[in-house]
Amino acid sequence: MIDIGQHAEYIIGAYAITGLLVGALIIWINRDYATQEKRLKDLEAKGIRRRSDEKKV
Amino acid sequence: MAQNASSEPTPQDLGFFSRLAHPGYFLQWSAYWLKPLAILVCALLAIGLFYAFYNSPADYQQGDTVRILYIHAPAAWLSQFSYAVMAVASIGSLVWRHPLADVSAKAAAPIGATFTAIALATGALWGRPTWGTFWEWDGRMTSTLVMLFIYLGIIALWRTFEDQARAGRIIAVITLVGAINVPIIKFSVEWWNTLHQPASVFRLDGPTMPMSMLIPLFVMFFAFSFLFLLLHFISMRAEILRRRIRSAERRNAQRLRSQG
Repeated sequence: MIDIGQHAEYIIGAYAITGLLVGALIIWINRDYATQEKRLKDLEAKGIRRRSDEKKV
Repeated sequence: MAQNASSEPTPQDLGFFSRLAHPGYFLQWSAYWLKPLAILVCALLAIGLFYAFYNSPADYQQGDTVRILYIHAPAAWLSQFSYAVMAVASIGSLVWRHPLADVSAKAAAPIGATFTAIALATGALWGRPTWGTFWEWDGRMTSTLVMLFIYLGIIALWRTFEDQARAGRIIAVITLVGAINVPIIKFSVEWWNTLHQPASVFRLDGPTMPMSMLIPLFVMFFAFSFLFLLLHFISMRAEILRRRIRSAERRNAQRLRSQG
């Protein structure tokens, strides 16, 4: 690790906050997508579809 | 009156751009981009962090705190870019009533809010050792804080309305009114006497930074931009699925009502 000088706590703090917020955003968006995908599959398994999807079946 | 299924346009019947923006077709083509984009973002972040910490000098005035700027400036750029995406999508929503424009605007708001919060937090952490204060009510910082509040207001509005198509039109108007804040943020450092320094990269007379600092800045700038694109795609896909679920559930409820 390089020496980041006397203001290391500010530099590490800035990168830590960025990592935390970006990480939380990535997890939240991916979880939301996985949840919607599962909900749609569950509905389709029960035979519940949109009108336009029913025409395709 | 129900339309005949054969008269409805399929994605193949549409022009190139209309096809790209067709929700069903978007789900198909965006799926191929997720993995390459994720790899690209990881690679750019790794290279950017390497340059930021191991292969760039300390600034002669700021010292090592200049390394904060390699995340602060890209976050501030995305804060405004996300809003520009929302504003363009809002025009698409109001003028053409395109469902994917609504989806795009809604998906960009939480991403923009996060990067605005990052820009404010990293700016404060850079300001304390450099200016001697975490916060100053000057033009750039105050207008960026206002931007965060606009984002949070828009996110709250999306969650308030049950009818998302109606919400899309109302929020599109509010988004376009709020877009006035983007040039205010951009030109605040020129219009008002401010602690925040003026632009040092995108200037008519060229950047005022040395190449050794421009490289990590640009690599991180592209890493953040592609991260936005990746997260925006995933978020849009989730929103399209959410709308399909709502539509299927509504149809099922109507069917149950008519049977019962």
